[in-house]
Amino acid sequence: MSRYEIRIGGFGGQGVVTMAVVLGETLSLIEKKFVVQTQSYGPEARGGASKSEIVVGDVEIDYPKVMEPDVFIALSRAAYLAYIKGLKENGVLIIDEDLVEIEGDLPNGVKVYKIPATRIAEQEVGSKQATNVVMLGVLCAITKIVTNEGLVQRIEERWPRFKESNLKALELGLKAGEAALAGQ
Amino acid sequence: MPERIMFTMGDIASAEGALSAGCKYFGGYPITPATEIAEWMALRMPEVGGSFVQYEDEIASITSVIGASWTGVKSMTATSGPGVSLMLEAIGLAVMTETPLVLVNIMRGGPSTGQPTRGQQGDVMQAKWGSHGDYQIIALTPASVQEMFDQTVQAFNLSERYRVPVFVLADETVGHMRERLVIPDEKDLKIEYRKLATGDPADFLPFKPDDDLIPPMALLGSKYQFYATGLTHDYRGYPTDKEDVQLELVARLNNKILHNADKIIDLERFMLDDAEIAVVAYGTPSRSARKAIKEAREAGIKAGMLRLKTVWPFPEDALADLASEVKHIIVAEQNFGQVYYMVKAAAAPTPIHLMAKPAGMPQLPHEILDKIREIDSL
Repeated sequence: MSRYEIRIGGFGGQGVVTMAVVLGETLSLIEKKFVVQTQSYGPEARGGASKSEIVVGDVEIDYPKVMEPDVFIALSRAAYLAYIKGLKENGVLIIDEDLVEIEGDLPNGVKVYKIPATRIAEQEVGSKQATNVVMLGVLCAITKIVTNEGLVQRIEERWPRFKESNLKALELGLKAGEAALAGQ
Repeated sequence: MPERIMFTMGDIASAEGALSAGCKYFGGYPITPATEIAEWMALRMPEVGGSFVQYEDEIASITSVIGASWTGVKSMTATSGPGVSLMLEAIGLAVMTETPLVLVNIMRGGPSTGQPTRGQQGDVMQAKWGSHGDYQIIALTPASVQEMFDQTVQAFNLSERYRVPVFVLADETVGHMRERLVIPDEKDLKIEYRKLATGDPADFLPFKPDDDLIPPMALLGSKYQFYATGLTHDYRGYPTDKEDVQLELVARLNNKILHNADKIIDLERFMLDDAEIAVVAYGTPSRSARKAIKEAREAGIKAGMLRLKTVWPFPEDALADLASEVKHIIVAEQNFGQVYYMVKAAAAPTPIHLMAKPAGMPQLPHEILDKIREIDSL
């Protein structure tokens, strides 16, 4: 794998950057891949369309930003509309089905996975703040770009105080991702 | 401290580089996209027995850094273009008083307050010519998180060695991107410290240079007394309007850098040995260029890159050599053309093509590839 590109878009405050950072930490520090994580946001602290990106490979990453994402995860309509352009043909689109609808034409062969990530976080984990970790589980199940064991290790290291709720969110995301994959 | 590995952003890598170089004083005022450096220093300085002070503005920040450095403490600040604009007068004072300090500028969109969260490379000429008068500074241009660490260490070494302000000039993308960072064991780092005054304090002349053009430094609070002024001064440090003193001092402030340019300049040659088209780039656009050049090579086009890891002092000789090696030079920078003019002056009459982009996204790899193809077909 020379270059695999992941884009995550949402509102500022949904944990879009944290999600990419945890993924980047796992891929870089635990799975020993070459990784660059970048983000783009406006001057506002909350709201607005925010995106974060990961480029991962087995060789050194030259250009650090995403050009044509292999995967796009959309957590808000504004981010979907702003960042859907460029998704690779036969790529993967993962949306929070309660917040995003498919609008406009998608590139050929794109596989769409609809996951109620925010609802899972709110109702089953008990906090909307866990939405990004639910989506990490979904991403892991659908793309296999990162291992579940790696994410578990990183979550335990990173959030010792909130380990349980985050591991639960990850597990629920994995299950939701596997179910969506089986339904394809 | 033994080796540490982090997955972190360029801003934090720069702060860690400063700490590894022995920086014990940070005076600053937060500004996007350099705020993370101040935040990290606020956290880390107390752990290493250093001081972090947030001031009311950038003018107070830089003058505090000058004062701290005079006491012998390795000192720095970090800001972005609008903050550098406020600091420029004091940067001239640091040059004139030969004060070692490091200034990290995480470059954002300009002019004025411009685009705080977007990157640009618009401050290259500001770093060199921003303060008034004739002088030289040093500016390093890292392109990765690891280089943010390595080159901040180097910035401290150069500022100590030549008693001059040193800029770390990084675009926002480099400052905010996260990559793997290896912080070496402190035993494996070469750390320099300024040459200090020796001998009888009664005979000491604080601005009398050695043969290397650099005066040994007296520290405030030591047994040596010195008078520091931005006015033209003699070896004693006393102000004078004598023409010969002005000529000698200005020549020395310039020549202590220019005569050592070969020891300061840091360049990377990428696929250049048989190249016919060379891209000159630094910072994030150099990473676009690297991808474009690999793809050009796959298409049978002999392209390469001269990557500038330092922009000041400008590597004129290397550019003149490059001009004799290749048929065309493309300068790709995230501004409306700044290094371009330096390349043009050094590398004429070889055709120099500017790819200017004064906006948040750098030149994309395919855009540079298209330009290489266009020039290859000439």
